[in-house]
Amino acid sequence: MRIRRLQAIALKELLQIWRDPRSLMIALLMPFTQMFLLGYGVTLDLKHIPICTFDREASQNSQALLKHFEASSYFTISRNIRSYPDLVDAIDRSDCKVAIVIPPDFSERLNDTGRSTVQAILDATDDNTANIAFGYAIAVVSGYSNDVALDTLDRQGAQFQQIQPMTVQSRVWFNEDLESRNFIIPGVVAVIMALVGAQLTSLTISREWERGTMELLVSTPVTPSEVMVGKLAPYLLLGWIDAAFCLVLATFWFGVPFRGTVFTLFATTTLFLIVVLGIGYLLSVLIRSQIGASQIAMLLTMLPTTLLSGYVFPIDQMPTVIQDITYLVYSRYYVTIIKAIFLKGAGIPALALPILFLLVYAAAVMTLAARAFRKSLD
Amino acid sequence: MNGAGPTPQAAKSDQVIADDLVKRFGDFVAVDHVSFRIARGEIMGFLGPNGAGKSTIIRTLCGLLRPSSGRAIVGGIDVARDPEAVRQRIGYMSQKFSLYRDLTVEENLRFFGGIYNVPRIELRERMRFAIDMAGLAGREQALVGTLAGGWLQRLALGCAVLHRPPILFLDEPTSGVEPASRRRFWDLIHSLASEGVTVLVSTHYMEEAEYCHHIALINHGRLIATGSPAELKRTAIGGDLLLLECDAPGATLEALQDAPDVRDCSVFGDALHVLVGNAEKSLTELPELLAAKGLRPRHVAQIPPTLEDVFVQLIAADGAAQRAAA
Repeated sequence: MRIRRLQAIALKELLQIWRDPRSLMIALLMPFTQMFLLGYGVTLDLKHIPICTFDREASQNSQALLKHFEASSYFTISRNIRSYPDLVDAIDRSDCKVAIVIPPDFSERLNDTGRSTVQAILDATDDNTANIAFGYAIAVVSGYSNDVALDTLDRQGAQFQQIQPMTVQSRVWFNEDLESRNFIIPGVVAVIMALVGAQLTSLTISREWERGTMELLVSTPVTPSEVMVGKLAPYLLLGWIDAAFCLVLATFWFGVPFRGTVFTLFATTTLFLIVVLGIGYLLSVLIRSQIGASQIAMLLTMLPTTLLSGYVFPIDQMPTVIQDITYLVYSRYYVTIIKAIFLKGAGIPALALPILFLLVYAAAVMTLAARAFRKSLD
Repeated sequence: MNGAGPTPQAAKSDQVIADDLVKRFGDFVAVDHVSFRIARGEIMGFLGPNGAGKSTIIRTLCGLLRPSSGRAIVGGIDVARDPEAVRQRIGYMSQKFSLYRDLTVEENLRFFGGIYNVPRIELRERMRFAIDMAGLAGREQALVGTLAGGWLQRLALGCAVLHRPPILFLDEPTSGVEPASRRRFWDLIHSLASEGVTVLVSTHYMEEAEYCHHIALINHGRLIATGSPAELKRTAIGGDLLLLECDAPGATLEALQDAPDVRDCSVFGDALHVLVGNAEKSLTELPELLAAKGLRPRHVAQIPPTLEDVFVQLIAADGAAQRAAA
């Protein structure tokens, strides 16, 4: 490989990118739009779940319970209902996700037996939300239940401090506020790098074929690896710019904590970029049309990266077959890496395994890409 | 080595050798057993209709296409064995313009200078030469896409000779270029050849073929005649050519169709070119024959054939031979 030829190709490619608004738009505008779309659009936090209440007793006790719901930031009471048909209607119209029904004998049974029940009706068309809402509802009710128990003991003159039940003292690590954004945004960065990377290089060889410049290029003594490395270099530079761009947006705009080092981030990002840029380049070599190559690149990176990389949808919750497939999705390793760098501040040693997988991928893609390009018109 | 055949000296000076070259694309035979040699400093012109296989031969010699059989030796190197060594020694201008239109004149030259590894100290001077040669002084910073045809072709030639290749392959370098620019382009080719550069150039302009030292006529992938323009005009047509000026070329043409000893007859403006076996005989016979049909040519004379006459005649004869064989 001759440095002189690499320089010539890299400079030429850089000038072409600079003068081609389409490439520049993909490179610089797409990260920006994706970051905002996915950063704001995707959230898994459930807050202010709308509920309806049907208080059939209307006593001091029942109102006290509903006060607990009102006070919780997880729920917002959207309506107070007076009959069952109204309740059904409210759920049908999606006025609420949960309806809380307090029976007419709520206080009576509480006083007589010391036990009572409330009914929660859940709209489970979205089972995930319903599950989470149900969990929150139980928490609210048991909170109230505790109050009642302590109150009763107090009235009986017992020293309730002595019979404090066991509690779990939880400490949340890495994402202390349990903000889903904190774990989604680093994933979004990974998705952006995957999309932009493959898009950019998917045009580079097909463009030479379409414009007829390839015929002259293959008549020169330049080698296939010189073409590949020379052409990928400027895109790696763009990838770094995009990565820096994403890092700044993630930390300063979205307020995601960045606990790792910039070095680890850029070292691993470079490795990932080599994989995605290589895949785009390979497609560009194999499919000699710009449109075709960029469409296939989009398809091949978009779906696996958004669905199977674990950036939003947890891999451990997928069926085993799908889990096995995700090992082939190169983005998966980068998503793991980038989340660990952002939130845990992980260094290279802690990330050795996913880095190793990416290395294998990079070596395979580079070898294939260098071999796929033949200096022939046959 | 004896005196017979090409002397070792002459053989050594052959820069391009095609030896029984065949190129097939599926069932289609694009190049059909073609052999020729081009000596150092010689300009060889490929003449032939579109689709005759000129570009395919050139691409095969450049190592861009693999020959189905036969050998191509360029600069003393077997193209199939070491295509990269060949590529360093050749300059190539493809039929379709293939410089980067979104780069400037200077950027294109610098790019090819880098690709061919032209020493940096020399590159400046060679770029200067290429720019002056192309007449692009003052337009170094212009985007190539904004330049007119003649400039583009000369710039492409400039890029092709930037690394001083001893051999040049030019595939229809002047197609679509205005006559004045074409003339200038050929002056450049001649000055390169006089410095010892071997040139293979294809064209479909007859008058351009006259500028070549040797011509190869190509039809349906086969070489149907080779020789210098003078040789071809003297011998390849296989007869004598008469110019016949008359008032009714249409009727005269018809009258001559089955005249004895007339092999071919075609209209050139308000005159006819008539190919006959023997000029002396026909010069007396034809006017009599026409007079018998009430036609009186104004003037009949033997003329030297142009390359176009030769070309038309050979292509027609080849077509007839093909049909007869089929």
